[in-house]
Amino acid sequence: MNEDWMLYEVFIRARSGLEHKHVGSLHAADARMALEHARDTYTRRQEGVSIWVVRSSEILASDPAEADALFEPARDKVYRHPTFYAIPEEVKNL
Amino acid sequence: MYTQALDAPQPPSAPTDERERLERFQARIDADEKIEPKDWMPEAYRQTLIRQIAQHAHSEIVGMLPEGNWITRAPSLRRKSVLIAKVQDEGGHGMYLYSAAETLGVARGELVAQLLIGRAKYSSIFNYPTLTWADIGTIGWLVDGAAIMNQIPLCRCSYGPYARAMVRICKEESFHQRQGYEIMLTLAGGSAEQRAMAQDALNRWWWPSLMMFGPSDTDSKHTAQSMRWKIKRFTNDELRQRFIDATVPQAEYLGLMVPDPELRWDETTGHYVHGPIDWSEFHAVLKGDGPCNRERLAARRAAHEAGRWVREAAAAYAEKQAASARDAQAG
Repeated sequence: MNEDWMLYEVFIRARSGLEHKHVGSLHAADARMALEHARDTYTRRQEGVSIWVVRSSEILASDPAEADALFEPARDKVYRHPTFYAIPEEVKNL
Repeated sequence: MYTQALDAPQPPSAPTDERERLERFQARIDADEKIEPKDWMPEAYRQTLIRQIAQHAHSEIVGMLPEGNWITRAPSLRRKSVLIAKVQDEGGHGMYLYSAAETLGVARGELVAQLLIGRAKYSSIFNYPTLTWADIGTIGWLVDGAAIMNQIPLCRCSYGPYARAMVRICKEESFHQRQGYEIMLTLAGGSAEQRAMAQDALNRWWWPSLMMFGPSDTDSKHTAQSMRWKIKRFTNDELRQRFIDATVPQAEYLGLMVPDPELRWDETTGHYVHGPIDWSEFHAVLKGDGPCNRERLAARRAAHEAGRWVREAAAAYAEKQAASARDAQAG
């Protein structure tokens, strides 16, 4: 049996100036109820100043099995990091 | 935490593939990597976690009942506000945990149904009655204290969503324990009658609190595998010992007597030694024959049924709103 309401993912901005961060999920009949439940479930101690909710089924996630194919190509491109370049110590402000 | 809709079924694999996968999985665990919802995991790991997290969630939800019993009779407005906040937290903890369990591909409705038909287990401690106000103090002090002891290592559990839920829960649980001890301090410093009430509550809750850590290591079936998977970090007896070592001095400060005539401090080991635990009581309560098992389940079922019309009305309202939004768009 499954009469569960839809699943929503909850994102909270802890303070203005910070990004919204995923904190968990909950069930709700609609988006507005999801916001209300998110407030009661995830911000009982002033954990946030702003809430986003999004239907879990709307999220497209990458497949962990393809993680290598996705992220491996970046591994040998160390020249994208500043430490790749040797600069004499006496040269300042670089 | 992702929806179960995203969790595609594992493709069937050859046995050698399976062995390799298992080895790779164990290597990730050994390297202290976290396992996340969509990662490959052995079916037994998944089932163990579903069982443990669901039991944990049910415990939070059923745990609201013995304390909810005292909300209307809390001795002051301050105590009442605190107790309401605590019971609300327990409900919230149940929600975090059901969410974590759902990432493993089980529906919440299914977990709740298992609880309501009496097929799911929850912590034996919540099948004891709360007879006096001192029981509320003792629950916060001992029961939440034991829960914290159990839960702090779970913050490092190998399964990411469970570990994250536990971090959140542990942060909130500390207030529960302290407010409980504060109630005990007040009673212990009160009239002779209040001190007797505090002692009586300790007498009744001490042994059931020790049983919260589960059977002794020699009888615990799941411990070894759970420790290999880093779902569990310490054995039942290790955690129980830590709890006793932490709690006995707290009882002494209150001027209360721990109801164990064999309890003594062992100079050489630096630990307390306790008397034998009556495991027949533990197994009876777990099997459903504790003082309040039937009452607790009846209360959960009644609450579930009483809320049915609310759930149906909310679903109908959402459907109606969605339909009129569709019409507006079409028009």
